[in-house]
Amino acid sequence: MSEEPILQVQEATKAFGGVLALNRVSFDVRKGEVLGIIGPNGSGKTTVVNCITGFIKMTSGRVLFHGKEITGKPPHKIADMGVTRTFQVMRPYYSLPAYKNLVIPLFSPRARRTGGWRGGGRLGDRNTVGIDILEEIGFERDSFVPYKLASTLPTGYLKRLELARCLALQPEVILCDEVFSGLSMSEIASMLPLIERFQMEGITVVMIEHRLRELFRVAGRIVVMNFGEKLIEGSPEEVMADEKVREAYFGSEEVEEVMTYA
Amino acid sequence: MSDEQRRKERLDRGIKIRSDSLYAIMSWRELAYLTAPRFLLIAGILLLPLLVPGMYWQRVVSVVCIYALLALSFDLMAHYVGLVSLGGAFFIGTGGYISAMLNTSLGVPPLLAIFIAALLGGVICTVLLLPCLPLRGVYFAIVTLMYPLFLARVIEALDIFGGTDGIMGVESFPNRWVEQYFVIAMVLLFLFGLRRLVNTDLGLVLRAVMDNDQAVKASGMSVALFKGLAVFIASGIGCLAGACIVHIYMWSGISLFALDFSILPIAATVIGGGGTLVGPVIGCFILVPVSELLREFGTLRIVCYSIILMAFVVFRSEGIMNYGRRKYHQFERWVKV
Ligand SMILES: Nc1ncnc2c1ncn2[C@@H]1O[C@H](COP(=O)(O)OP(=O)(O)O)[C@@H](O)[C@H]1O
Ligand SMILES: [Mg+2]
Repeated sequence: MSEEPILQVQEATKAFGGVLALNRVSFDVRKGEVLGIIGPNGSGKTTVVNCITGFIKMTSGRVLFHGKEITGKPPHKIADMGVTRTFQVMRPYYSLPAYKNLVIPLFSPRARRTGGWRGGGRLGDRNTVGIDILEEIGFERDSFVPYKLASTLPTGYLKRLELARCLALQPEVILCDEVFSGLSMSEIASMLPLIERFQMEGITVVMIEHRLRELFRVAGRIVVMNFGEKLIEGSPEEVMADEKVREAYFGSEEVEEVMTYA
Repeated sequence: MSDEQRRKERLDRGIKIRSDSLYAIMSWRELAYLTAPRFLLIAGILLLPLLVPGMYWQRVVSVVCIYALLALSFDLMAHYVGLVSLGGAFFIGTGGYISAMLNTSLGVPPLLAIFIAALLGGVICTVLLLPCLPLRGVYFAIVTLMYPLFLARVIEALDIFGGTDGIMGVESFPNRWVEQYFVIAMVLLFLFGLRRLVNTDLGLVLRAVMDNDQAVKASGMSVALFKGLAVFIASGIGCLAGACIVHIYMWSGISLFALDFSILPIAATVIGGGGTLVGPVIGCFILVPVSELLREFGTLRIVCYSIILMAFVVFRSEGIMNYGRRKYHQFERWVKV
């Protein structure tokens, strides 16, 4: 893994009215790594993702992608550059079957441009490509699941559908906002290999997670946030050994449990 | 058995399932099942000018077609992109004035002027509506309603484009048959064209913009671009209708910005069934002649009108087409719960 940063967040600050949701948060995401972002609820993790992907405008600070500034660009431009995201509150097209959900991202300029076997459009029917992507992400191909309406899919499949939307865009970076929350242990276990595969395919992954044990299996570095500020950044062991992290807000048993694992 | 203990079960007819994809058609019966409604509609509309008594009712057929175009434009925006527009009058006025001016000042022949007016008018309306695209629901509707009022007052106050007298001496269609079949052809063209469009991948994206614009942005597509495209198509159709009107009446004036053009297409969509495209056209074929028949009642017309509309909203809110489609494609039966 290179040390070269693909995404740089510099002094990101966001105020909602009087509330500072982010206070001068800076970190780098290195090319090809899996970076974890952890922190208690309300610590500003989703806000970071929203700022990076342009869904909300930062009050101040900068975001660089490949060294070029993308601060303040509209969300569709940022996605078009290959910085994709999932939503913590899932946003499928409920009235469409699962595979039709992917026709929409496959219609995007980026998917058409980047082509490849997943490209769709140029290489053929977007419906078929959609089903291929769903299979890749863990929908059983010959079952009826890819054809079911998104509104009838269980949470596990909806989470996968969020990832599939990112994949359809041939992403360079995927920012996953709590893709494991609400899933059972076995579901998470079946999704972890996906994250590993993304990494092997050269996709940089940023994972916001509450499930530390699972996160530490795939993430090389961790950023810890609290009250809108970055507390510390480092390897899982370093982070968990830190007094501030241990005492400030993690339940001590949980830390012990995770530590024995890491 | 009381109502609470039973519910209506609906099952697709086997023939409907078999004929969903064209290649699966095995027999004439299935082919007929699939194409008969379409064929009846097309044949009915094409024969209508020959069947109606006299020139007065032929003119009514033309007017029906004008409203049908507006209703198509409304249905596309409202049910496929999620923009509720009261802009019928805006489109009619813009298209009408452009075509009238092209014809009277530059001598462009009507049939050519109509198409130029549709394109140019579409561009103008889209540009004027562009700042309002992020608005939702009733706010967008209000803006589209303000434009025609605004433009009418501007024309009146500045005495431009003929002022209150309007533009006279607009050339008519070569003859009434051309007029009649031109507007009919336009209705059929846009009806089937739009039906095809909404079933393409582009149509799917448009619907996605309506359902879930955040996910569309996250998919790397500009929501404004697709809304703009849809508004261009819809306003182009509306302007085409407006351009036809001035050549039918050989006159263009501020009454082109009348509220009727905004309201009637919506009523027709409610009656015909929103989101079906063909429903609003059928709605116009019912509503416009009814309103002609009621003309002698004067202002009571509005009352009759409102009663019809209310009856539909209350008893058949899904509209004729959605109701008819269900009856055609599905068995219904009561089952115990
Ligand atoms: N759109 C918003 N408007 C106002 N406050 C917000 C908004 N989004 C987030 N916040 C506030 O910002 C803080 C951080 O929220 P968030 O980033 O969602 O936290 P996390 O994802 O870490 O749980 C919270 O205090 C939240 O109430
Ligand atoms: Mg969050």
